Amino acid sequence: MKIRDNKAWFFVLPALIVMAVNAFIPFITVINFSIIDVFMNLPAVSVGMENFYTVINDDLFRGAFVRQVGFSLLILLIQVPLGIAIALALPKKSIWATLSLIGLGLPLLIPFNIVGIIWRVFTRADLGAVPALFSVFGYQYDVAQNAVDAYWTVVVMDVWHWTPLIVLLAYAGLSAIPDAYYQAAEIDGASRWRTFLFVTLPRLRSVLTIGILLRFMDSFRIYTEVFLLTGGGPGSTTTFLSDVLVRKAVISFDIGYSAALSLIYFFVILVVSYVFFLVLTSVGTNDDEAVPE
Amino acid sequence: MENLDRRKLIVRGLLILYFIFLFAPIIWMLSMSFKTNSEILSSKLLIPQNFTTANYAEIIEDPQWRESFAVTLTYVITNMIVTLAVALPAAYAFSRYSFRGDNHLFFWMLTNRMAPAAVFLLPYFELYSAIGLFDTPWAVSLAHTLFSIPLAVWILEGFMSGIPKAIDETAYIDGYSFPGFFAKIFLPLIGPGIGVAAFFSFLFSWVELLMARTLTGTVSKPIAVQLSRSLGAEGWDWGVIAASGVLMIIPGAILIYFVRNYLAKGFALGRV
Repeated sequence: MKIRDNKAWFFVLPALIVMAVNAFIPFITVINFSIIDVFMNLPAVSVGMENFYTVINDDLFRGAFVRQVGFSLLILLIQVPLGIAIALALPKKSIWATLSLIGLGLPLLIPFNIVGIIWRVFTRADLGAVPALFSVFGYQYDVAQNAVDAYWTVVVMDVWHWTPLIVLLAYAGLSAIPDAYYQAAEIDGASRWRTFLFVTLPRLRSVLTIGILLRFMDSFRIYTEVFLLTGGGPGSTTTFLSDVLVRKAVISFDIGYSAALSLIYFFVILVVSYVFFLVLTSVGTNDDEAVPE
Repeated sequence: MENLDRRKLIVRGLLILYFIFLFAPIIWMLSMSFKTNSEILSSKLLIPQNFTTANYAEIIEDPQWRESFAVTLTYVITNMIVTLAVALPAAYAFSRYSFRGDNHLFFWMLTNRMAPAAVFLLPYFELYSAIGLFDTPWAVSLAHTLFSIPLAVWILEGFMSGIPKAIDETAYIDGYSFPGFFAKIFLPLIGPGIGVAAFFSFLFSWVELLMARTLTGTVSKPIAVQLSRSLGAEGWDWGVIAASGVLMIIPGAILIYFVRNYLAKGFALGRV
């Protein structure tokens, strides 16, 4: 029962002003940059959509884009099921539950660059425990030279870093399911798997929506950790979109290109997130089991 | 029955394996931070053979490290205060009123959370140079609010919606003015929510490197930048790097202890 009152805008205004300064002005600047060409100190020339065509036809962008999409999909496919499984396996109520939650929160609280450094010292050929471990099995693990090793190390690092977020969310969702639901399922003689599929999963929908959205957005923007772990290499095996953007914007100062890339980048995240959002919130809403919101 | 126990054992075993995976990299860094550089490069043993605290001493005694620690705390805390100050009324509006364009506004706020930080680098550089805030902690904290406000509004709105409207009405009947009600009755009720929102604001600002690095130059160096610099300049001083990594985990670890029970709840109650 919300009161209908447009004066509520005044409450939102402070947040809006702070965000508008930070969002509108830069956003308009980016649009402006994307359609001009600046050369030395000459006046800027409008080039229309040319910067966009340059970006779309650039192999560097195309490669990074494909890798980025593949990476984000892989991350979601690993982290979401793993996160749910761990949440189901965690102890429910004891000192161990508290300790587990604190332990799970730890990776989320480590600054991104430290995450990169932790994994770098953990996997580097001359310092790490991982290469030492692999050499016991006779495998020459080398994150700096071997493309396959580098790619999987980045994936494992991200799984390490962010699966706890899904676990915490799923755990919170699980603890909100009343026991009566499980008792009813047991009386009906439902198998474990069917109970999970028809009782547990629908109830986790709203927390998983948040989890999947956050994980998609953040994995699509991944930069710092990878930069410190592999620097995008070897070759361009682990070069993702943000890496290309930072290189173009900050290092080679190619303003038109990076502005156009920024807009494409942002647009893709926006569209995909919106589709995720629609799909995840509509799935199962017609079931009798649907959660009354 | 025996079957069930074996199942439980397997699940527990897998869970323990996961926690080993979770802690191994952190423990490895912890062990490195107590080793000398020559030992780091020569031995792969977990327990340091020549236990040393020299790496920590080097950081604590260096005024540059202390300075950058102060810079970092300045923008992290500023960001937290600004975020909460504007997110609280906004979240109240979203939880209590329906108004023209409220859902669009909410989604627009979230889209800012989606934007890759890299997108804003160049414009921010221009914007903050133009208004003379470049190379100050204030520029970084303002830039960070763009990302922390949406999340804070989202979390706070969830907590506020859990408070029945009847409480608001009773307070007005008891003669409270709106500010009086908000400060004396409402805020204490959503205390855990404020804790979680503050925690996430802190977290975002504390872990973010890209903007912090771009918006600072020579005068104010955030700790993250100080760290990256010591990576290259001093010839990869691994012991010091590991020690600074350990030091940077500590504030987060302390925070999570205090909000552990509300953490997951903050999201679970959210609007979506």
